Amino acid sequence: MTSEPTIIVEGVSKRYGDQHAVRGVDLALMPGECVAMVGHNGAGKSSLIKLMLGLTTPTEGRIRVLGGDPASAAASSIRRQVGFLPENVAFHPSMTGRETLDFYARLKGVPTQGNAALFERVGLESAAVARRVGTYSKGMRQRLALAQALLGAPRILFLDEPTTGLDPALRQSFYEIVAALRDAGTTVLLCSHALTELEGQADRVVVMSRGRKVADGSLATLRGLARLPVRIRLTLADGDVDGLARWVGEDAVLTRLAGGVVELACANDDKVGLVRRIACDGPAVHDIEIVQPSLDEMYAHFLRRPDMVGEAAE
Amino acid sequence: MNTLLIIAAKEIRDGLRNRWVVATTLLMAALALSMSFLGAAPTGSVGVGPVEVTIVSLSSLTIFLLPLIALLLSFDAVVGEIDRGTMTLLLSYPVARWQVLLGKFLGHAAIIAFATVLGYGSAGAALFLSGAEIGPESWRAFAAMIGSSVLLGAAFTALGYLASTLVRDRGTAAGIAVAIWLGFVLLYDIALLGILVADGGKTVNAGVLNGLLLANPADAYRLFNLTGFGNVSLLAGTAGLAAQVQFSGTVLLAALAAWVAAPLALAVLLFSRKQI
Repeated sequence: MTSEPTIIVEGVSKRYGDQHAVRGVDLALMPGECVAMVGHNGAGKSSLIKLMLGLTTPTEGRIRVLGGDPASAAASSIRRQVGFLPENVAFHPSMTGRETLDFYARLKGVPTQGNAALFERVGLESAAVARRVGTYSKGMRQRLALAQALLGAPRILFLDEPTTGLDPALRQSFYEIVAALRDAGTTVLLCSHALTELEGQADRVVVMSRGRKVADGSLATLRGLARLPVRIRLTLADGDVDGLARWVGEDAVLTRLAGGVVELACANDDKVGLVRRIACDGPAVHDIEIVQPSLDEMYAHFLRRPDMVGEAAE
Repeated sequence: MNTLLIIAAKEIRDGLRNRWVVATTLLMAALALSMSFLGAAPTGSVGVGPVEVTIVSLSSLTIFLLPLIALLLSFDAVVGEIDRGTMTLLLSYPVARWQVLLGKFLGHAAIIAFATVLGYGSAGAALFLSGAEIGPESWRAFAAMIGSSVLLGAAFTALGYLASTLVRDRGTAAGIAVAIWLGFVLLYDIALLGILVADGGKTVNAGVLNGLLLANPADAYRLFNLTGFGNVSLLAGTAGLAAQVQFSGTVLLAALAAWVAAPLALAVLLFSRKQI
C-alpha cells in the first residue's frame, strides 16, 4: 500500500516529573499494517499509546494521528475512527454487557443495531450479554473489551496486552479478528508480553526499552540485525556424534540434546549451505529441524544492548 | 449536548442500580415525614401553620445532611474512575473532557434533585392530606425550600467534584470532602461567631458579616429559608435578623448558584489539564 501513514510520531518524549516515560521516539504506522510493540513493564509502551490517544500531551516532539493532533480540541473526529483496548480493562460492574456496548456505541455515534453482530463476532453469547459485567470472567471481559474497540469499524486499533488471561482457543480467534481487520486496511498496534504468539501476526516489531525505541523492523530484519545463531537439530541414524563433530568442524557449534538429538548452531548466512552439505554428503539423519531464534530471544538480545538502534530498511 | 445526556443517563442508571437513589430518597422522605408529624404538635399558639414548622426544622436538618450526601456521592466521581481504569477508556472516545465532567455532574445532581423533591414532597403531600389549613404563602415557602435544597445539594456536589479532580488518590479526595463538610457546615459558623465576639463590632460590621455569610453556601441556604418568608422567620426566631439582612431571596439564590458554577468551572479547568 502506498498511502499516507495513519500515525506519525516525531521525536516524542514524555516526562512525568523526573521520570522519563518516553524518550525521543520516532515511529510511522501505515494503513493495513499490524505492528507489535514489545518491551518489559515500564518500557513506555502504554505511555506511548496514551500519547497517541491524546490522553496525555508530549513534553517534546509531535504526534499526528490521521492527520491531526490527537490531544487537540478537534480530536473528536479522530477518536471516532480509533479503537482502543486498554490494559486491565475495566467496565462499570453494575451495567450489563449489552448496556455497556450500547453506551460506548452512543458515545461514538454508532447505531446500536450493529452491536448484536459485534457480540457474535467476538463470541459473547446472548445469555452472557444480558448479565452484569461484574459477574464476567476475565475472558468474557476481554471479549467485551474487544467488541467496544471494534465499534464503528476503526481505521486505527490500539490493543494493549489484549490476550492476557485468554485461553489458547480464544487467543486464536482473537488473532483471526485482528488479521481480518488488518487485511481490511486497519492499522493495528499491538502491545504484548507474550512474544511467541506475535510471531506470524505482526508485520513489524518495535522493541521498547526504558522509554526508547531500540529496534524496529520486520521479524526477518530484526533477525538479521540481532545476528543470533540459527540452530539445526539433527536426529542421527547411527548416533555417531563424534563423527559428526569432526565432519562439521569449525562451521558450527555442536551441542548434545536429550533423546539422541544433536544441535548445530550457526550464523544465519551459513544456514542454507550447512543444510545442503548435511543433506548431500553428511551423515545419515532420521530427522532435521531448523529452529529460528524466537522473538523472546531477539527481544532479550535487544534489551541487552540498549545502545543499539536498528532501523528497518524497507 | 447529546454526549452530555448520554453520560448523565449512565450516571443516573448507575445510581439506580447501586441503590443510591432509593437509599437517599427513603432517607429524605423518612426525615421529612417525621419532621412534619412531630412538628405538627406544638403549633397553634404561636400562630404559624404546620408547614412553617416543617420548613424550619427540615431546612435546619438539610444543612447538615444534604451536603454530606452530595459529597459522598461526588468525591469519587473522577478520581475513582481514573483509579479503576474506566476513565482511560471513556476519554479515548470522541468526548471532550468538559462533557465527561458536566455529564457526570448532571447525573449526580439529578439524583440529588430526585431524592429531595420526592422525599420532601412526600412530607408536603402528608401535610396536605392531614387536612390542616395551609395558605398559598406557606406552600410557596415550602416549594422554595425544596428548590433551594436542590441547589444546596448541587453546590456541594460541585465541591465534591472539585475535590475529586484535585487529587490523584481516592483517600485524599475523601479526606478533602470531609474537610469541606466540616468547614462549611460546622466550623464556619463557629469561627464567624468567635470573630464577632472577639471583634466586638469594631471592624466586622453588618456589611462585612453579610458578605461572609454569602461566602458559605450553607449560610446562604439558611438565610434564604429562615428569613425569606415572614411567617417562617417569626417561628425560627430570625425575624430580627431578617430585618438586618439586606439580601433579597434572588441574591441568596444567585449566591447558591455561584457556588454551583464556580467549583464546577474550576474542576473542568483542572480536569482538562490533567494527565491521565
